[in-house]
Amino acid sequence: MNRKVELRNHPREQYNFRLRLAVSAGFVLLLFLLLFARFFYLQVSQREHYHTLAEANRISIAPIVPNRGLIFDRNGEVLAHNYSAYTLEIVPSKVRDIETLINELSTVIEIAARDRKRFKKLMEESKRFESLPIRTRLSDVEVARFAANRYRFPGVEIKARLFRQYPKGSSASHVVGYIGRINDKDLEQLEANDDLANYRGSQYMGKIGIEQSYEKELHGTTGFEEMETDAAGRVIRVISRTPPISGNNLTLSLDSRLQEVAEKAFGDRRGALVAIEPATGDILAFVSKPGFDPNLFVDGIDSENWDLLNNSIDRPLNNRALRGLYPPGSTFKPFMALAGLELKKRWPEHSINDSGYFSLPGSTHRFRDWKAGGHGVVDLHKSLVVSCDTYYYGLANDLGIDNIFNFVSKFGMGKKTGIDIAGEASGLLPSQEWKMKRHKQKWYAGDTISVGIGQGYNLATPLQLAFATAILAGNGTAFRPHVVKQVLNNNNEVVREIATHPLYKLDLDPVNLRAVRDALVDVTRPGGTAALAGEGAAYSFAGKTGTSQVIGMRQGEKYVESKVRERFRDHALFIAYAPAESPKIALSVLVENGGHGGATAAPIARLVMDYYLLGTLPAEPAAPAVEQVNEEGEHD
Amino acid sequence: MIEPLRLWNYLTRYVDGFLLCGILLLMLTGLLTLYSATDANLNRVTNQAINMLIALGIMWLIANIPLQHIMRIALPLYVTGLFLLLGVALFGEINNGARRWLNIGVTRIQPSELMKIAVPLMMAWYFDKHEATLRLRDYAIATLLLLLPLLMILRQPDLGTALLIASSGFYVLFLTGLSWRIMATLFVAGAGSLPLLWSMMHDYQRRRVMTLFDPTQDALGAGYHTIQSTIAIGSGGVLGKGWQHGTQTHLDFLPERSTDFIFAVFSEEFGLTGNLLLLLLYLMVIGRGMVIAANASTQFTRLIAGSITLTFFTYIFVNMGMVIGILPVVGVPLPLISYGGTSMVTMLLGFGILMSIQMHPKLVKT
Repeated sequence: MNRKVELRNHPREQYNFRLRLAVSAGFVLLLFLLLFARFFYLQVSQREHYHTLAEANRISIAPIVPNRGLIFDRNGEVLAHNYSAYTLEIVPSKVRDIETLINELSTVIEIAARDRKRFKKLMEESKRFESLPIRTRLSDVEVARFAANRYRFPGVEIKARLFRQYPKGSSASHVVGYIGRINDKDLEQLEANDDLANYRGSQYMGKIGIEQSYEKELHGTTGFEEMETDAAGRVIRVISRTPPISGNNLTLSLDSRLQEVAEKAFGDRRGALVAIEPATGDILAFVSKPGFDPNLFVDGIDSENWDLLNNSIDRPLNNRALRGLYPPGSTFKPFMALAGLELKKRWPEHSINDSGYFSLPGSTHRFRDWKAGGHGVVDLHKSLVVSCDTYYYGLANDLGIDNIFNFVSKFGMGKKTGIDIAGEASGLLPSQEWKMKRHKQKWYAGDTISVGIGQGYNLATPLQLAFATAILAGNGTAFRPHVVKQVLNNNNEVVREIATHPLYKLDLDPVNLRAVRDALVDVTRPGGTAALAGEGAAYSFAGKTGTSQVIGMRQGEKYVESKVRERFRDHALFIAYAPAESPKIALSVLVENGGHGGATAAPIARLVMDYYLLGTLPAEPAAPAVEQVNEEGEHD
Repeated sequence: MIEPLRLWNYLTRYVDGFLLCGILLLMLTGLLTLYSATDANLNRVTNQAINMLIALGIMWLIANIPLQHIMRIALPLYVTGLFLLLGVALFGEINNGARRWLNIGVTRIQPSELMKIAVPLMMAWYFDKHEATLRLRDYAIATLLLLLPLLMILRQPDLGTALLIASSGFYVLFLTGLSWRIMATLFVAGAGSLPLLWSMMHDYQRRRVMTLFDPTQDALGAGYHTIQSTIAIGSGGVLGKGWQHGTQTHLDFLPERSTDFIFAVFSEEFGLTGNLLLLLLYLMVIGRGMVIAANASTQFTRLIAGSITLTFFTYIFVNMGMVIGILPVVGVPLPLISYGGTSMVTMLLGFGILMSIQMHPKLVKT
């Protein structure tokens, strides 16, 4: 066929090959002998030993699930705890016809339609051969009644389980989060982290909020029992027991009473509030309205409640404080002002003449101030007090986008703050580079102008606004915002403190800081945009109002005729800190579709600060009256 | 009545009867064990039987292709495999923390499985091309051909597959006649770098190794598998507990008992006697493979036959070694017995090549 091949086939080569093949054959035989020796050792020499283990008494290893750590607020009030209760559980793989079984069960123990739906959902989610609860929290009478009828229901058992409970219900639900049953996706994650062994026997794990981000602390270490069981699987004796180690407890920096005051202050409005202690980064209140009842999720939420929460136009499951993106509007101005001073593009004494608009040189396009006709002569102080747009159009143009980006990002804009709750949005502080990457377009001088008043491409979360405000309140010292203050063991001894040393300190000229901070105090005084909210305050406080334009409805959002008009209104914003001289609290408030920052957001801030600094509770239902919005719309 | 006979002759023209016999006996053992391991779940047994039939069909097809054609696809197959591996690294789907699968629109594929055949083919092809003048440089290039896909698979990470590919490549090198001195040097260097390797390992990898020495250290995790499988095997004794009477198996103590740990089921129920018979059955197949390799007429066919046979042995040794607790737990199935379609196909693809080598007209010396 092929002469070349024939020529190549030297006998010597074949001989060498056969030699090597013989060596490997010897190798194969040797290793097979090794295997056989081990078989012999196990099955003949050690047979008695293993026989005892397997046949007469079987050893089984049962995991002991640790108690989940508790969660307290900064004053020791319980936000999440466990209680023991009986559940009625079915192992689906041991039952032929679940439907019939449940029907029969319901003649002994009451099973509501809701329980059935929830059970169905659980079955779909869990493919493991695990036992699933059909009823939770059985009464003693029910337990006794089932015990008497137990023989009729193979595959059904009563078990004592620990249940998670959130005594404050929907308050702080977005911070604390909830636990839920471990599903396939969680299992994959656990396996990837090599945590599966520690979750043998665990049924729940944190899904969102602190419950999720501190899962490792809260879960604890699973213990196990080695047991001898007889042929039927009944336990004869426990050979050894490695006790579980309960999960660590957490003390939050959150003040749950302040949290409740803040939540009440929102009334029926949607929005978010984040309050931070500037000297530590402790988060004192973290509100996202509306909230939800985390207790609904613990045993697996039923489809009715789920649909209600998931399809609501108010989107209660959306953590607005953490993930809601809003143009910061005029709350951006203090940082712009500071940038102007620090980069020596403006001086406090320097003033402009505002005739109501700004135009780029050589262009006829007018960037308009919110006040028709303008504010007249405006210096830096006045620009903040009356929230003059024209001043910041010009300043933005003089600074340029690179300077703005570099300076303002030091206040945490456009990047994650690093808060200890998962899922934080990073907001958007535009830059040349970003626009090229995202829109494949170069940056135009005109783009910079609207950035100056916090509009344009700018987006920030309420958390970022509070963080930036706290840095300003702390004269440039930044602390990583955190909701958890301490990790405690189950004797409530402190295991570790969440770090309170500064992340970084900005090098800012005290004179410049004073200029901006003085102006912010006057914002809440007569003549300022938040004068109404500042009226009669027993302490001085600094603030800045803002309004953020609503871009439009999200696609696929449900359409409710009566609500739409309201939902196209601007969002109201307010950032503040108090007392102005030595701030103990810095916060941001966002009221969705609230119109003026000064009219709807600032009063909420005032109520929260009054309670925190003076301990006074709001006298009456604190919801600020939904005032008529002036359609021509004053800006701030 | 002449027609059926001709058909039979046509079908079996290129089938090696001895090898087929061994394979079928092993498959039968596999189905019986699987039946017991799944608590008489006929569904899964049927599934596995279908897997086997498909794999046998593929084996038959390959056996009918003359070796020259197989040789011609060695390079394209290898290059395709490399690109697919690259695709996995870039766009692969992450499953259980490892990136092994590639979605190619119609279906998901696992390119590392393809490489189990493609790597030895490629290396054998290379040595065949440079047969006349084998120098150190050729060994270096062949080693590179092995290392390239190997590192990509290690990164996924897929330790089991990487191990099998590494050994299949090593066998090619060894059979070509890589000098003992070099191998000894490499071995010493390898042993010397162990402490370094240890310092580079992940915590969980170290734990796996430690578990090997003391399974009770991780009694709920990886150690649990080994503890339970050793109990199953040891309690099987000389004669075993009898088919479908393994208590470890049927009381749910044995994990993964239809896939990687199926040998524990077999061993518990058929005992030392069964183990001996199984080893002999495997030896029969391996021996036949070696005879085919020894008689093969070209460098390419010799090397490929030798590598396929020895890799088959590696599957057996690594799997059994893991189940009886002398090797760490890596995901390697027991060939022809563990439940699963992919490895079945890969295995029989190899046997198809062996048959093609044996049964097609030889290039006889004149």
